[in-house]
Amino acid sequence: MARIDQQSRNPILEIDNISLNFGGTVALKDINMDILPGEILAIIGPNGAGKTSLFNCMNGFYRPQKGTITFKKTDITRQPPYKIAKMGVARTFQNIELFTGLTALDNLMAARHILMKQGALAGGFFFGSARKEEVQHRQVVEDIIDLLDMESIRKKVVGSLPYGQRKRVDMGRALCMEPDVLLLDEPMAGMNVEEKEDMARFILDIHELKETSIVLVEHDMAVIMDLVSRGIVLDFGRKIADGTPEEIKDNPQVIKAYLGDKFSKKGVSL
Amino acid sequence: MRPCGVFDETYEKDIAIVRTRGHWLLLIGSLLFLFILPLFAPYYLLNLTNNIFITVIVVLGLQIVTGCCGQISFGQPAFMAVGAFFSAVLTTKFGISFWIALPLSGIAAGLVGLIGGAPSLRIKGFYLAMGTIAIFYLTMWVITHLHITGGHQGLSVESPSIGSFVFDTDERIYYIILIITIILTFFARNLLRSRVGRVFVAIRDNDLAAEVMGVNTFYYKLLAFFISCFYAGIGGSLFCHWYTVVNSEQYTLIHGLNFIGMIIVGGLGSIPGVFFGVIFLRLLDELVLFGSPFLTELIPKLGIAPAASLGVMVFGLVLIIFLIFQPRGLAHTWEILKTSYRIYPYKN
Ligand SMILES: Nc1ncnc2c1ncn2[C@@H]1O[C@H](COP(=O)(O)OP(=O)(O)O)[C@@H](O)[C@H]1O
Ligand SMILES: [Mg+2]
Repeated sequence: MARIDQQSRNPILEIDNISLNFGGTVALKDINMDILPGEILAIIGPNGAGKTSLFNCMNGFYRPQKGTITFKKTDITRQPPYKIAKMGVARTFQNIELFTGLTALDNLMAARHILMKQGALAGGFFFGSARKEEVQHRQVVEDIIDLLDMESIRKKVVGSLPYGQRKRVDMGRALCMEPDVLLLDEPMAGMNVEEKEDMARFILDIHELKETSIVLVEHDMAVIMDLVSRGIVLDFGRKIADGTPEEIKDNPQVIKAYLGDKFSKKGVSL
Repeated sequence: MRPCGVFDETYEKDIAIVRTRGHWLLLIGSLLFLFILPLFAPYYLLNLTNNIFITVIVVLGLQIVTGCCGQISFGQPAFMAVGAFFSAVLTTKFGISFWIALPLSGIAAGLVGLIGGAPSLRIKGFYLAMGTIAIFYLTMWVITHLHITGGHQGLSVESPSIGSFVFDTDERIYYIILIITIILTFFARNLLRSRVGRVFVAIRDNDLAAEVMGVNTFYYKLLAFFISCFYAGIGGSLFCHWYTVVNSEQYTLIHGLNFIGMIIVGGLGSIPGVFFGVIFLRLLDELVLFGSPFLTELIPKLGIAPAASLGVMVFGLVLIIFLIFQPRGLAHTWEILKTSYRIYPYKN
C-alpha cells in the first residue's frame, strides 16, 4: 500500500510520550505514535496491553499523567470527550455502547448531533427549520444505512438486535459523525468468518469513500495483513513494534509477547 | 392509527405524526369534542378535567427530564409551587397581568430548576433522586419563610381576565387550561422527535456514548431540567389562578411520588403515556374516594376515613403491578393494540 507517500504527509494526530497509571498498574508507558491522514492503522497486543486505554486517552475519557496528544495541531490531552468528538474523532467500543432504547435509525441520527444546529425551541415547534434539518440529515444517514447493509433493521430498537448487528450500528453511528479519525476497538471481536469479511469490506469501503484515518484494534493476523498499511504493537503498556504488517509478523519481540519465550526462535506465525 | 398497506414515500411523511386522513379526522374530532365539553359536562367532571390537564402539563415536564433524559426528579411539586407563588406575587403585589405572569412563572421555575439539576453533573440515579428530595424541601422552606409569599398562609389570587371578561368559573378557565395543554403537548411531542429530544434519550440510555457523539451531557441535562421545571411552573401558575389561593400545603412530596407513578404507569418516555398515566391514576383516586365509604360499611374496623391511606395503598399496589406486568406502561399496550389493528388478520 501507499505507505511512502503517506509518511511524507503531516500526521493528523500525534501522541507524544504519554504515560497512564491506575494506582500501581501501568496501563501505558512512554507511548509515541502518529496517525497519518487517510491511513489504516492496526493496534495489536495481548489482553491488558493497553489498547483500549490508548483509545480512551485519545478521545478524552482518560487523562494521561504525562505527555501530550495533539489533534489537528491542537493540544487535546485535557479536553473533555465531547469537545474532542466535535473536532473530528469518533470511536466505537469493545463492548458496544449503544442508545439501547432508540431505533437503529435514531442511533445514527443522534450521532449527527454535532452536525445539526436546531435547538430546543426550533425542535418544539418543528414545522419549518427543524423538519428541514431532520430530512436533510436523514438522507445522509440513509446513505450510511445502505453502505452498512442495515435497511432491514432501520426501525428496530437496538437493544433487541443480535450482537453482529449491534456492532454494525455502533460502527454506523461513528461514521455518521463524519470524523477525520475513526477509532475502532475490536470491531470484529466475537464474529464468525463471514461477519468478519463483511466488516472488513465495510472498513475498506469507508476508507475509500471518505478517506478517513482509521485505527483499529484487532487480533486476527490474517485480517491485519489484508486490511492495514501499518501496525503498532503494545505489550504491558509499552510500544514494542511499529511497521508494515510483514515487519510486525516477523518481529521476534512480537512473537514473544504473544506466545511466550519458547516459541520466539521458531518464528511461529501469529 | 395506520391501516395496513399505507407506506411512506418521503422522509417528511415517514417522520410525520399525523399520517393519514383518518388520523386528521380523529385529531380534529377529539379537539372539537374537548372544545365543546363544557357545554354538557357536569360540574364535577369539568373540575376533574381541569385538574387532569394541569397535572398533564406538570407530568409532561417530568416525562422530559425523567422519562426521556433519565434524571429522576421528585422535586416537581416544588417547581410547581415556585411557578404558583411567582405568578401570585407578580399579579397581586406588582399588578402585572396574568398573561405576562404565566410565561414568566414558567421561566422562574425553570431557572430555579437549574439549581435543582446542578447535582446531576456529579450524581445519578438513586442519589440524584435523593438530591431532588432535598431540593424539594429546601425550595418549600424558602417559599414559606419569605415575607412576600405570605409565608405559611400563602396568598389569595385573582382570576385571569381579558378586559371585563373574568375567567372565574371552571368552564371559563377550562379554555385557558385546555389551550395551554394543547400547545405544551405539541411542543413536547415535537421536541422528542428532533435533535434535542434524541439527545435526551441518548443521555438516558448511555451517557458515555453520548459524550463520544459530541454531546455536552451536562448542558443537556440542565436543559432538560429547565424545560421540565418550566412546565411545572406553568402548571403551578394555572393552578393558583384557578383556585385563586396559593399556599404551601398544596404542594407536597406525595405529589412528586404520584407524578413519577404516572409516568411509570403511562410508559417512560412516551407523550401519549403521560395522558394515559395521569388519567388512569386520577380516576383511580376518584374511585377510591367514592368506594371507601362503602368499604367502611362493609368492614367497620377500617374506621371512618380510610380514603387517604387506602389511596396510597392502591397507588403502591398499582405501581407494583405495572412494574411487574407492564413495565413499559399503558403506552406500550396501546402500541400493541395499534399494531394488531394494522396487521389484522395476522397476529403479532
Ligand atoms: N479504569 C481502569 N481502572 C483501573 N485499571 C484499568 C482501567 N482501565 C484499564 N485498566 C488497566 O489497564 C491495563 C490495560 O487495559 P486495557 O487498555 O483495557 O487493555 P486492552 O484493551 O489492551 O485489553 C489493564 O491492566 C487494565 O486492568
Ligand atoms: Mg480492550
